[in-house]
Parts: sequence; C-alpha cells; structure tokens
Amino acid sequence: MREFRYEKATDPAGAVALLAGEPEGAYLGGGTNLVDLMRLGVATPDVLVDVRTLTSTEVEDLPDGGLRIGAAVPNADLAAERRVRERYPLLAQALLAGASGQLRNRATTGGNLLQRTRCTYFTDTTMPCNKRAPGSGCGAVTGLHRNLAVLGATDEGPESAHTCIATHPSDLAVALRALDAQVRVLGAGGERSVPMAELHRLPGDDPSRDTTLAHGELITAIDVPALPWATRSRYRKVRDRASYAFALVSVAAAMDLDGGCVRDVRIALGGMAHAPWRATVAEDALRGGPATEEAFAAAAEAELAAARPLADNAFKVPMATNMITRTLLQISTEARS
Amino acid sequence: MTATTERAVGSDVRRLEGPDKVRGRAPYAYEHELGAQAVFVALVQSTVARGRITAIDSAAATAVPGVLAVLTHEDAPRLGDVVEELRVLQGPQVQYVGEPVAAVVAETSEVARDAAARVQVTYESGAPDVVLTADRTDLYAPEQLMAGFETDSVIGDVDTALAAAPVSVDVTYTTPVQHNNPIEMHATVARWDGDVLRMWDANQGPHNLVPVITEAFGITADQLHITSPHVGGAFGSKAFTHVHQLIAGMAAKVTGRTVKVELTRQQMFTLVGHRTPTIQRLRLGAQPDGTLTAISHEVVEHTSQNAEFAEQTATATRLMYAAPARRTTHRLARLDVPPPTIMRAPGETPGMYALESAVDELAVELGIDPVELRLRNEPARDPERDVPWSTRNLVACLTEGAQRFGWAGRDPRPGVREDGRWLVGTGVAAATYPTRRRPSEARIQAVPGQPYVVSIDASDIGTGARTALTQIAADALRVPLDQVDLRIADSRLPKASGAGGSTGITSWGPAILAAADELRDREVPPGGLTVTGSSGPGEEAEQLSSHAFGAHFAEVRVDRDSGEVRVPRMTGVFAAGRIINPVTARSQFLGGMTMGLSMALHEQTVLDAGRGHFANHDLAEYHVAAHADVGAMDIHWLDEVDEAHNPLGAKGIGEIGIVGAAAAIGNAYWHATGRRVRDLPITPDRYFG
Ligand SMILES: Cc1cc2nc3c(=O)[nH]c(=O)nc-3n(C[C@H](O)[C@H](O)[C@H](O)COP(=O)(O)OP(=O)(O)OC[C@H]3O[C@@H](n4cnc5c(N)ncnc54)[C@H](O)[C@@H]3O)c2cc1C
Ligand code: SF4
Repeated sequence: MREFRYEKATDPAGAVALLAGEPEGAYLGGGTNLVDLMRLGVATPDVLVDVRTLTSTEVEDLPDGGLRIGAAVPNADLAAERRVRERYPLLAQALLAGASGQLRNRATTGGNLLQRTRCTYFTDTTMPCNKRAPGSGCGAVTGLHRNLAVLGATDEGPESAHTCIATHPSDLAVALRALDAQVRVLGAGGERSVPMAELHRLPGDDPSRDTTLAHGELITAIDVPALPWATRSRYRKVRDRASYAFALVSVAAAMDLDGGCVRDVRIALGGMAHAPWRATVAEDALRGGPATEEAFAAAAEAELAAARPLADNAFKVPMATNMITRTLLQISTEARS
Repeated sequence: MTATTERAVGSDVRRLEGPDKVRGRAPYAYEHELGAQAVFVALVQSTVARGRITAIDSAAATAVPGVLAVLTHEDAPRLGDVVEELRVLQGPQVQYVGEPVAAVVAETSEVARDAAARVQVTYESGAPDVVLTADRTDLYAPEQLMAGFETDSVIGDVDTALAAAPVSVDVTYTTPVQHNNPIEMHATVARWDGDVLRMWDANQGPHNLVPVITEAFGITADQLHITSPHVGGAFGSKAFTHVHQLIAGMAAKVTGRTVKVELTRQQMFTLVGHRTPTIQRLRLGAQPDGTLTAISHEVVEHTSQNAEFAEQTATATRLMYAAPARRTTHRLARLDVPPPTIMRAPGETPGMYALESAVDELAVELGIDPVELRLRNEPARDPERDVPWSTRNLVACLTEGAQRFGWAGRDPRPGVREDGRWLVGTGVAAATYPTRRRPSEARIQAVPGQPYVVSIDASDIGTGARTALTQIAADALRVPLDQVDLRIADSRLPKASGAGGSTGITSWGPAILAAADELRDREVPPGGLTVTGSSGPGEEAEQLSSHAFGAHFAEVRVDRDSGEVRVPRMTGVFAAGRIINPVTARSQFLGGMTMGLSMALHEQTVLDAGRGHFANHDLAEYHVAAHADVGAMDIHWLDEVDEAHNPLGAKGIGEIGIVGAAAAIGNAYWHATGRRVRDLPITPDRYFG
C-alpha cells in the first residue's frame, strides 16, 4: 500500500479546490469501496479529501414534490427516510437489497453511485484489464464473466484495448435511473446538473472511464423529480444468495395504469451493463398498450433482443426477461387490488 | 458448579473461554508479542502457473526505507529435507499461480506491501494445465488414498451385475473446487531465541507441525516451541504445515527480529489448500423391490504438481449399503494448481453428495420412497470389511428424522407443488463419518488444595474442545469443573493428535481418562504427584467397523421465474456416540449442516483455464451462506454410547453434519422442479441451463 495524504475541507468548495491541484487525488466518502481498492493496489491516490460528512446529510423537499438527497446521506438513513419509502418505494427497496447493514451505515449516497465494478480481473492487479490498466486487454471475456454484462458491452476480443464487459454494481443507481434523477455536481468551474442517463457511460472505446464526470467534480446532491405513480413501484433483485450479494439481474420498475392499459412505465435494469440500463425499448412497446402478462413478456423480450451474452452469462437473458415480466405483473396486480 | 456428585459430561456447559473471546481478551496468534517491535512480511507471488524464474530484481524493494530484507530463491536460507510443496524460496521453479517467489520483511506491514509490489520477477512460462476432465489420458491411480485407504475396492463382478440389473442408474456428478475460509486468517509470529524457534501460530495442533519445522530448520524438538491457544476456525486448512510458517522462521532468522506473517484473504485461496474438484460416476443396479445388486463409484479428482493429495472420496460408499457386487475407484490428474488439502469431512463430503443423490435417482426409477429404499439395503455387517459394526443406527436416524420432518405421505411426483411463485419439494439423504482414535498422551499434576493441572497438546479451533475436555477431566477426577486447570495447544505439553478427522474427543478424552486412572486410589503427598496416561487405536480398529451415522431432510423452494433457491427448513438426526456437551455439540451439527447447505447452493472457486488462477478469490465473490440463507434447523441426536470403540463411548461430531446435507438439498430441488442438477453448486443460473 502506497503512502497518501489525508485532507479535510471546511466546505464543498474547499474540497473541490483541494482536489483541483491533485491529479492523483480522490474524494473519500464512506471508503467502503475506495479503501478496499487501495488495499488491493487497484486505486493508488496520493491524496484523499474526506467528504463523508461534508456535503449535505439531509433529505429536503423540492417544490415540485420531489426530493433533494444530500450526497453525504448514508445509505441506511436514506433507506429509512419516510418520504423516500412513501414516494419512491423502489429506491428504499434498492438500498436495502444492497450490501450489509454495516456497509449501508458507512456508505454515502455519492460514493454509492461511483463505486467501481466487481469484475475480478479489475480487482486483481496481476491480471489484464482495460479498465484498470488501459490497453492491457480484458481478462474477463475468456475467464470468469458469469456476472458480467450482456447489454451494451464492447467485445472485440481479449487483446483489444476497447473490450470491456464489466457491470456497474450499484443498486441505488438503477432505481435512480428509473426515476430520471439529476445529479448535482460541483467542479472548479462551478455547479452543473447531470441527468442519471448521462452520468454512467457504456465502455465504448474507453473502458477506463465509468462516468462522464471530470476529475475533481464533487457530487453534492441528487434531485429526484416528483413522480406520483412511483408509489406503485418495485425493485426486484436476483442474487446468488439470500442477502449480501451483488445483483445477477435487478429490475427497478414503476407503472401508471389506466384501467387495463399502461399509461406510462419506467423500467431500469441492474447487473446487465456497464451502466444502469434503462429499458426504453420495453417502455415504448408497453406505453398505451394492454397491461397483460403477454404484453409484459413481449416487451421484455424485445428489450433483451439486443443482448450479446457469452457462454457463462447467457442465463441473464431469460432471467431478466422473466423478472421484468414478473415485476410489472406484480405492480399491475397490486394496482387492481 | 460446586456439587461434586453431578456429572459434567452430558451437561450444557457454556464455552469456558467464551467471556474472554467476546471481550477481546483471548489472544489469537497474530495478537501475540504486541510490544515486541515485531517486523512484518509481505509475499510476492508468482503470476504464472508453470515455469521458471529467469530473473528476480529486488533492488527497488530493498531501497524502500523500512525494508529489512527481501528473501528470494537466490538468497533465502536453505531448508532441510521437507516435502516438495514446502520447498518455498528454494529454487527457480514455479508450479502454480500464487506460489511465493519472494518475501519482503519490513518495519511495518504497509511498507512491506509497498516494497513487495516493487520486486521485479521475470519468468519463462508455459500454458497452464488446470482443467480436470474424466477423459484425460494422464489420469493415474495413486498408491493409496488419504488416511491410508486403499485406492480401489472391488468385490464380485460389478459390470455383469449392472448389466443384469432389472433397474439401474448411471449418472455423473461434479463438485467444484471449494475453499475452507475460516474467519481467522492464517498467521504466524516467529522469533529465534538463540537456537530455539518460538512460534505463536494458528494451527490445528502444535505437534502436527513439529516434524516438518524441526526438519526444515535443522533443529531438535526441544529447540522448537509452538503455541496456539485460540484459533478462529480451520476446517482442515490449519492441520498441516504450510509455506507461510516456514517463511516466518526464515525471516526471523535472517533479520533476528520477531516476525509476523498474516495471510490476506486472497492468499488463503492459494497458500493453505482447497478441496479438490471431483467428477463422480455412480452406477447402481437393483431388483424391482429395491434390493441393490451392484454399486459402482468411480472418482476423478485433481492434485498438484508438487504434492499428491488423494482425497478418499468413494470410501463411504464401501460401507453404506449392502450389495453383492461393488466397486470404488479413485484416479488423479496432476495439474498446475496449488496443493489441495483436507476440508471438513474430506472424502465423505463430496462422495456422499454423489452417492446419496444417485440413491435418490434410483428410488425415483424404482418408484420406491427414498427413505424406504435406504432401509431395505441396510447391511448387517460392514459389507466390504466383513466385520461387525460397533454401533450403527442409520435406520433409527432415518425413521426418527422422517417423523420429525413430517415425511410420511409425501407425494413423490416432482414439480407439482406450488406456493405462489415458489416450487416446493422435499429431499432426504443419509450421512456417515468414520470413528477413529489416534495416539495421545495426557499428564495430570495433583497438588493438595489446588486444582488439578491437566496437560495435553490438544487443540481448540473454535469447536468447544477445551470445554468438553474439562468436563471429561472433571468427571474422571470426580471434582467440579473449577478444580480442573486444563492446558492445551502447546508443543511442550504431552504429545497429542491434531484436531482433525473428528478424532479430538475420542483420542484426547481417553488419554485423560487413563491419566486419571493412574491417580485413582493414590494418596497425593503434600509435595504433589504427577501422573501420565495414554490412549490410541486398539483392537477395535481391526475387529469392528465404527462410524457415526445420520440423516438429513430438507425442504427446498425454487422461484419459478428467477431460479433462486431457498431452504426454509432442515432436519438433521445423528447417531454419533455419547454427546459430551449438548450446547457445543449442537453448534457442530448446526455448523456442519450450514456448511453443507452452503456447498449445495453457493460455494465454488472458479479456475481460469487460460491463466490458471482461482478467479474469485475473496469473500465478496466466493459465496458462503449468509444468515438469510439458513432457515429453521431442527437438530437432534439419538442416545447412543459406543463403548466398544472407546471408554468414553463418544464418536466425534465435527464433520458428520456436513456429510449428505448437500444431497438432501439437491434431491429436494429435483422434487421441487423436476430438474436434476448434477453439478454443484445449485445457483440460480442452473435453472436456465
Ligand atoms: C462486500 C460488499 C458488498 C456490497 N454489496 C453491494 C450491493 O449488493 N449493492 C450495492 O449497490 N452495493 C454494494 N456494495 C457497495 C457499497 O454500496 C459501496 O461500497 C458504497 O455504496 C460506496 O459508498 P462509499 O461512501 O463508501 O464510497 P467510497 O468508497 O468512499 O467512494 C467510492 C468512490 O466514489 C468517490 N466519491 C465518494 N464520494 C464522492 C462525492 N461526493 N463526489 C464525487 N466522488 C465521490 C470516491 O472517490 C470513490 O471513487 C458492497 C460493498 C461491499 C464491500
Ligand atoms: S470486463 Fe472490463 S473491468 Fe473486467 S477485465 Fe475486462 S476490461 Fe477489465
């Protein structure tokens, strides 16, 4: 483990200023991901700027009925927040489906969104990995990839500098993607708002970059817009054991029903891609159509038509198809009862 | 505990060291010599699976301030004549990914790790050969199996009997590589006091290590002192000497300091063993009434290039059921993998998974209830050794278990029970584990007015052995528990067998009884009296077949959309001899069953065929059952006392709980879904395969 400096600022702008001059520095949230990666030699920052309690730890009402979540709100507190549970059940469910009680106490909202992939070649510095060591190739495509991406990945073979089939591991991010949240970011040049749709990127030809944030940009809050029908929403996570495992497949969904018809619907998938995956093909297929199991299944299949699985993660395609169908079916059944 | 008349054996005595453990006052190996200004070791590990080191440059590492030494094969102290797998840092050859190729000793562990990353190693390497298949042309028959079992056993004409059988099954099961993963990482603190090597070490019995470490460093047993007062789990991974213990001794020698070596969780996946993967072909032939006519169990498993570890996978098949024609075989492939080792019930765990799954498949073919099929094939004597059982209560375990679980009236049809989106099924499997005792000695010092000092180099790896032995000693000496001062886990105490093979209580207990016998009816002089006693395998080993037995019942639920598997309840009934301490015994059965559940549903280490490494080498990616996976566990044992085997009448309980548990779950999975998964673990993806 390499030596590093530890710094604290008195306000967010001070933290941004501290990191601006430090190309190898990093913000430290709860440290539940970053410190692990430092121990493994995967992350080698020379300065840590502690922001765990620096940005807001509050959840505030927005004028439109939405919520502003401070980046420093611990995952556990956010899951327990009454307004979150009432207005956005899928968000609370996503948080509670992640990690463990201890980790959720420690982990921050901002840090959760920026946690890195669990790909075992990324976390092992002796292995090739384009994300950790650009140009070194991708160990996972010919190795262990059972829980890696089937949608939106780049696979030009193990030697290519572009190849990456990593998944983004956050559950929270999937729920926020379904809710069209906005991420508020403070940089050296001031504040900006990044839609969740644009925060995480697909690997494209540069797997080293997980997000569109520039170095030193600090997440200060997340705005979740009002969505009255999100009271009927769900987060369903399939994992290898009953708790404390990352998603094989997860579905964040909300649906607005008009009798037997789908007026509007939101579906996002986790465990499937380099970014939380918004199932727009399925949403488009469903909007205005009947809220039936057949329609849900057909929409799910249409969404998964783009999947390009490898041998060991092909199961994710039928699993995701089933789980989209099932989650929508549960929401519609509940709405009717 | 003041009454002297009450027997301690059989009563619920809470773990004696429990209060110290929960207060953090029970020191584990790494926590010794805190004030000693110890120095720390970080390992550099090979990144290739087979090859040679052609150059090793440690200049950059040596230059890091705080680094005291960098040991490589070029300059590390030479070790004595130890087995090949322990010749660490002795030559340029590399035989598996993760093999230590250098060790950095530094003032802090952070500096040691930083410097280790700066050691440059160049290799000449070849493609790894790590994939086990049943049709490899280089499979070979080892001379014998672990624990001295014969490699093969053949009685009668199995092929003819199978061909003639009116009903038969011919099925192949596989189990993956699994890792022991005790909570406490392997750790050694070592220091040379002149020519005496002092070690505080996490192991399953200090005496187990003495022959190898004395040979390695060219010292006598008197020049070695190993203690391991508290050990945070082992499951077999701490039974034998591993390379880190030798590196600790070498580093202490080179630096003249107290050295601490603690493996990382990742290193525990390569340096302290694993359970071999297995490929097991089972063929069973039967009459329409269920009478078995032939049993064939052929096992293929792996070992490493530098060690032969021949797991005794099919040996339980030699005694479970009656059948005139029977065969078991074991074949090994030598692969570019780290050396395997023992992991809770080596042999029985993978072997009984396969046998008990095949028996279930046969029951389905026959249309006979699987409990009933087992009852119909109960052998009166050991079917291969042709000797009587000392005690065998499998039938009682099955019938008692069936009753407790509510087995009667079970609809045998698969895939027909639904509860909402869950598919529901039930399954059964039998369990067995050999009863043995190993040579052990104990010493008792009696001084009037003081507690008896009872000394034996036994080991408590978290099982409660310390408490159980105190109970045994108290009864033998006819005193309350607080009049026994038990001393264990020290190589300078009377020699005892290690904590392994479920032999602790059956080996150490009788040695204490023998010592207490020496004291009986003797007047203790004012200056005190010291007596010794010993115990070891006797005639019973030849003349009787001694085993614990058990039965597992499981309910399994499978989500019809996701393939997720849940086990809401299990019943385990065991006939395992006299139970010394019900509380700690229950924990052993419970832990065994939980580990069996974990094996059924979660545990697998994935070998990367192209690179030769274990790819999921941490606890985030190597899954063991979480609390939420463990449902209601109904644990029960029968009143059984086996004094034909040993004077305590005990059998050993550390391992039988895991044996067969995975088969019960697999069989219930089939009953729930109609799908027979023959490759463990049964993860959700299997549902879509
Ligand atoms: C064993 C285990 C199991 C887990 N299981 C799950 C799971 O099932 N589901 C799941 O979703 N997660 C899971 N997690 C991950 C966990 O949720 C994340 O580690 C946690 O949310 C990260 O938050 P943190 O505050 O600790 O981030 P840190 O580790 O402190 O930081 C993570 C990254 O974010 C950056 N960062 C932190 N705060 C900010 C900020 N305000 N602005 C800009 N950058 C910032 C850091 O520089 C770093 O790059 C698991 C983790 C572990 C260790
Ligand atoms: S999938 Fe991505 S993260 Fe994993 S090894 Fe390949 S490049 Fe690295």
